[in-house]
Amino acid sequence: MKFASEFRDRKLVEVIARNISRAAIRHWTLMEFCGTHTVSIFRNGLKTLLPESLNLISGPGCPVCVTSRADIDRILALCDVPAAIIATYGDMIKVPGSSMNLGERRARGADVRVVYSSFDALELARKHPDRKVFFIGIGFETTAPSTAVAVLRAAETGLENFHVLSLHKLTPPVIGALLKDGTEVDGFICPGHVCAIIGAKPLEPVAREWGKPCVVAGFEPGDVLQAILMLVRQLEAGESRVDIEYARGVSYEGNANALRVMDRVFDTSASEWRGLGAVDRTGLVLKSEFADFDASPFIGKEIEPVPDPPGCRCGDVLRGRISPLECPLFRKVCTPEKPVGPCMVSSEGSCATYYQYAGAASG
Amino acid sequence: MCLAIPALIVEKEGSWAKADIGGVVREINLDLVDRPAGIGDYVLVHAGFAIRRLDKEDAEETLKLMREVFK
Repeated sequence: MKFASEFRDRKLVEVIARNISRAAIRHWTLMEFCGTHTVSIFRNGLKTLLPESLNLISGPGCPVCVTSRADIDRILALCDVPAAIIATYGDMIKVPGSSMNLGERRARGADVRVVYSSFDALELARKHPDRKVFFIGIGFETTAPSTAVAVLRAAETGLENFHVLSLHKLTPPVIGALLKDGTEVDGFICPGHVCAIIGAKPLEPVAREWGKPCVVAGFEPGDVLQAILMLVRQLEAGESRVDIEYARGVSYEGNANALRVMDRVFDTSASEWRGLGAVDRTGLVLKSEFADFDASPFIGKEIEPVPDPPGCRCGDVLRGRISPLECPLFRKVCTPEKPVGPCMVSSEGSCATYYQYAGAASG
Repeated sequence: MCLAIPALIVEKEGSWAKADIGGVVREINLDLVDRPAGIGDYVLVHAGFAIRRLDKEDAEETLKLMREVFK
C-alpha cells in the first residue's frame, strides 16, 4: 500500500466515472473549495469524464489568492524594518501588492528567503541573533498548526528575534460566507488536508443549516471522482450530510494534537478575503501571551485597503461567480509570466490552472 | 498550498524522522502527527510536518467502496 498510486488506477477511475454518469439525472453545480482539487481535476482531465449535467466550479481555497493586497503591503512594510529577514513560502514571492511584489522588493535589496517549513524560519532566527526574522504565516488550517508549533518552540527557547505575521485563514466559516453572499452551488467537494486537521465535523452547519451536502475528498483522481459520486447520490436522493471519502487522511473529529497546538497559540479574528471582504471569525491572530512573537507591531505605518487592479476579476473567480475564461484579462493581459491578479500567480490559483490546462479540458 | 504527500518513515529520533517521499529522503517533524508513528509507518507530510498517520485499513476500506460500485 503506497496510499496514492492505488487511487490513480485508470480502470478504477473509468468505472467510477461511468457510475457518476448513471447516478447523475438532474443538473448539479458542485464547488471544489480547494485549489489542490482544481489542479487534480485539470491535470487528470476529470472534467472530460463527467456528464454535461454536472458543472464544477472552483472556490476560494487558494490561500495566496485570497490574501488581500493590503496584506502584501504589510509584508512589504516589514521589509523596511532594519536588519529584517523575511521568511516565506515560495508561493508569496510573485503576488502583487499595490506597488510591487516581494520578488521585486528583494531585487531592491530586501532580504527575502524562501522556506519549506516554519522550522526553517526558526533556524534562520537562531543563526542570525542580530537580525529580526519575520515569518509569513499563510495558509488554511492545514498549515496553521505548523506556524503555531514554531511559536511555541520560539517561546520555550527564548528566541526573541522570531516574529510571525499571521495571515492564516479558516475554511468552514467562509463557506457559510460564500453561501450568504449568494454563490449558487448545490454541494461541496471539501478540502481533504484542511479536514486532516479539523476533521469533518466543522462542516456540519453547511450540510444541516444550508442544506448543501459536503464530501471530504482526497486528491488522487479516484478520490475526486468518488467524492463527486457521493455528492451526486446525496443530491439525487434529496439528502444533505457530511460524508468522508478520504478516510485514510481524515477522521470526523480531526487531529486533536494539532488542534490543541493551534488553540494554544491563536485566537480567531475577522479576516480580509480578496473578493469577499472582511469575514468574521475567519482569521487567526496570536494570543496576547505570545505578543512578543507578533510581527504586526513592526509594521511602521497605517496600511490602507487597496482596490484590485482595473479589470481584474479575481474576486468573482474566487467566489465562483465566473470561470477564469470569462475574465477579460485572462490570457490577454494576465498570464503566469505577468500576472495581474493573484489567481494567476499561485500554481494552485484557478486562473493559473485554467491557463495551463484549459486547452485540453475547458471549463 | 494544502498539498500533503504520503511518506514512509525510515528513521526516527524523538520528534524528528527521516521519511522517503517518492524516493527522496527528507527530514520531517512529528510534533503534530495525530497518532504515534514510527519506522515503517506512512504519514501525510505537509510543509515539513507529519499531520496524519496513514493506516492501511482505512485506505483499503475506501478502495473497497470504490470497487463496490463496479457491481
